[in-house]
Amino acid sequence: MNAVAENIPMSREETAEALIRVRGLHKHFGTGERPVRAVEDVSFDIRPGEVLGLVGESGSGKSTIGRCVLRLLDPTRGEVHYGGQDLARLPPRALRPLRRELQIVFQDPYASLNPRLRIRDIIGEALDTHGLHRGEARAARIAELLSLVGLPVDYADRYPHEFSGGQRQRIGIARALAVEPRFIVADEPVAALDVSIQAQVLNLLQELRERLGLTMLFISHDLDVVEYLCDRVVVLYLGRVMEIAPAEALYRNPRHPYTEALLAASPRPDPDQVKARKPLQGEVPSPVNPPSGCVFRTRCPYVQDACASTVPRLKEVAPGHFKACLRDDVPLAAP
Amino acid sequence: MTVSTLQKTVARPAPQAEAATALLDVRGLRTEFRTDGGVVTPLLGVDFSVAPGETLALVGESGSGKSVTSLSIMGLLARPAGRIAAGSALFRTRDGASVDLARADDATLRRLRGRELAMIFQEPMTSLNPVLPVGEQIADAVRLHLGLDRQAALAHALRMLELVEIPAARQRLREYPHQMSGGMRQRVMIALALSCEPRLLIADEPTTALDVTIQAQILVLMRKLQHELGMGILFITHNLGVVAETAQRVAVMYAGRIVETGTVREVFKAPKHPYTRGLMECLPANAHRDERGQPVRLKAIPGQVAAPGRQPPGCAFAPRCAFAEPRCESAVPALAAVAPDHQSRCLRWSAL
Amino acid sequence: MAAAASASVSSPGLGLALRKLFRRKVVLAGAVALVVLVLLALFAPFASPYDPSALKVLERLRGPSALHWFGTDEFGRDIFTRVVVGARYSLTIGALTVLIATVAGTLLGLCAGYFRRLDTPIMRVVDAMMAFPDILLAIALMAMLGASLFNVVLALAIVYTPRIARIVRASTLVVRELLFVEAARALGVSTARILFRHILLNTLSPILVQATFIFAYAILAEAGLSFLGVGVPPEIPTWGTMVAAGQQFADQAFWVVLYPGLAIVIAALSLQMVGDGLRDMLDPRLRKSL
Repeated sequence: MNAVAENIPMSREETAEALIRVRGLHKHFGTGERPVRAVEDVSFDIRPGEVLGLVGESGSGKSTIGRCVLRLLDPTRGEVHYGGQDLARLPPRALRPLRRELQIVFQDPYASLNPRLRIRDIIGEALDTHGLHRGEARAARIAELLSLVGLPVDYADRYPHEFSGGQRQRIGIARALAVEPRFIVADEPVAALDVSIQAQVLNLLQELRERLGLTMLFISHDLDVVEYLCDRVVVLYLGRVMEIAPAEALYRNPRHPYTEALLAASPRPDPDQVKARKPLQGEVPSPVNPPSGCVFRTRCPYVQDACASTVPRLKEVAPGHFKACLRDDVPLAAP
Repeated sequence: MTVSTLQKTVARPAPQAEAATALLDVRGLRTEFRTDGGVVTPLLGVDFSVAPGETLALVGESGSGKSVTSLSIMGLLARPAGRIAAGSALFRTRDGASVDLARADDATLRRLRGRELAMIFQEPMTSLNPVLPVGEQIADAVRLHLGLDRQAALAHALRMLELVEIPAARQRLREYPHQMSGGMRQRVMIALALSCEPRLLIADEPTTALDVTIQAQILVLMRKLQHELGMGILFITHNLGVVAETAQRVAVMYAGRIVETGTVREVFKAPKHPYTRGLMECLPANAHRDERGQPVRLKAIPGQVAAPGRQPPGCAFAPRCAFAEPRCESAVPALAAVAPDHQSRCLRWSAL
Repeated sequence: MAAAASASVSSPGLGLALRKLFRRKVVLAGAVALVVLVLLALFAPFASPYDPSALKVLERLRGPSALHWFGTDEFGRDIFTRVVVGARYSLTIGALTVLIATVAGTLLGLCAGYFRRLDTPIMRVVDAMMAFPDILLAIALMAMLGASLFNVVLALAIVYTPRIARIVRASTLVVRELLFVEAARALGVSTARILFRHILLNTLSPILVQATFIFAYAILAEAGLSFLGVGVPPEIPTWGTMVAAGQQFADQAFWVVLYPGLAIVIAALSLQMVGDGLRDMLDPRLRKSL
């Protein structure tokens, strides 16, 4: 399957071994002549111990990629390498034991907990499924997990509806951590929370990452949150990778026009920094009928004729910094 | 109803000088809801005013009462469960009369809504009629309030769609809300709200459901329209970045009360209430990294808002506040003047 | 995060308190009525000195009296005794019908709702069956199966299975898309466990409510079938056969149909009251307010 994976952000200086290697990932929804092309030819690596941010607006395919990586959705094409195996091709039976190592935290803290189960049973199910901490050790492990995420131990006997959004999100995190995963997909874990609660949960994620050495794929539309938590960032637009870079480089020195526009559009809580810049015009095209060539060209202020005919490949513009844009001649403004 | 009968509902003279020129002057607004669990009071007495042509941002987290404030002013509380228990909301109409929106009857409110005050919501899909073309919806409002005939009303609707910069406006007139993207629907909603040139626009989280690039478009559009039409805007949001971009003054709400109010610059640069300061400090945008490149912990506000009805007798923020003293728990602090047009509901504001 | 999470508000209004009390009383009344019926059915032989099938032609169509509380029927049999014995048969028929229909309907509905491939085949059959009026379908089935107590249960179970299947499928379609189901899949929880622990557990309330309806329908439908001569053989005293047989005497001796009819009404009503209470109790979100 080398044919599907040509557009790879392979750095000349790349030495670190990836924990997860995504290659040529495609996901189309619906069959027939006009499927929804949610994800098109996406490749990236996630290194051990790093938090990789996946940023994009709605329709960028970021959540779909997260679910394809965990095989909660079957990719249409492409490979997801983990531990010497291609998760995209494993039969369900072989996948089940691997679920212990790969976990997910969801956006909606209300829908992600079964309302009819006590917290003890929600977390316990994770343990039972993989035969961990049986018998008396089970209650102790549940208590340990609750205190790990900063909840009182006696909450184990309560039902989800007795908790606030932030507390539920902590429970969701405890459930994911129960099986001691190596890798977690965090799908907009703080998007539904108020800012003061969001900060609590972000601190918890950062603390867990330091304590447990977690590797994370952090999906978010919030550029500030991604900048805070992530080591490297993948910027998506209409199912395709626009730019991949270390977080600091991306925010200080964006190299793709879309990244520039995204950073410019994000409102800063500082009345002295209000941008006078003209916002990006137009709207995201339909993923059923994406533009030819570069998918961003319909809104790009730097568009040229060539953008309509050539799909730009990811190229390395600085060590570890990749962009998918034909134009190298435009000076982009850092925010 | 004529102007003379309107003037009968004029309430007591405004307590502050600014109120004389204010477009909307809200004093001591208190709203209650009867629920299965008893009476809940999400609004415990709110004071603010909006001047003509200015944008006041009402900012707060969920449960702070910011949306209840807007619904109370618009007379859109779900009745009979919700009612205004006390306070006034004096609104100055274009012919100079002053109407207390908190006491006005349904007929008065109906006449004012759309013509004098308009509202846009977070999700325009639910506030647009799904079975009518958008042009008809705008034309209907215009015919009702401005008394135009059908042809003239449709022409006006077209001008409105052009004003909110909807591409191919003439075709969009005949489209239905579901045929549009979220950003386009919000533009239609704004066109509908502004079609009769209201003096006050209440915008309740109008960009929260939108992507950042679309949000930026809508915010620019609203600034432009305010400049052109000169309406006052009460902008309700939880996003401090949006406040910085849109408003001149801000009122920060916590647990049903305004805890700090002032110009955006003063409040953001030198917050004088621990909650405002906490909100600013816990933003990831204001965070930084240590020398190893690891994110430094955010200064999160500990705990969470007490449920309505379970609030402490004193300052509602005291249980989460690093500056709290015993006296904070005895009585609700009054708004203290920190500077001209900058007030804080904190006994210890000078310590900040 | 030590602040209490439970956000219940103190000092509930009078209206709520009244409603709570009323709800509890209704549930209690239903439960008591049902328990009385079940106890009578269990201890039928001790409830009355009469033999339910002893013929006493001289005593025929006697009104309610101290000797015969509910009067006697056209053959002079004690109606109270027969209503009590009938409770055994009617409740058993109803219970077995509900049991079979619920188990079969739940399995079919879960499969149709969860496995996309099974949806169309299962639901087309279900729709086809529901296109017939209940009683017609039951008559047709009884004509094929032959009149017997067991066949009545079988036929009625077949008639009511699609109702349960449809409700379970609809709920399954909703619940399967909820994030906690995806969370369970992400944990590697087995499909069977997802189906029964996550999906079924969250569809119990509509199933329970529907089951109480079906219990009542089954008792009524059995009466209809028996009346038409395709149900329970007339010598077996169910409430249905009693109403059916007594109909021609109803104008001269109302008690012949009144008491078995009342028994049907009480059984059906109390079932629904209990079902309502169960629904509220099973929902943790409502449990607190109960």
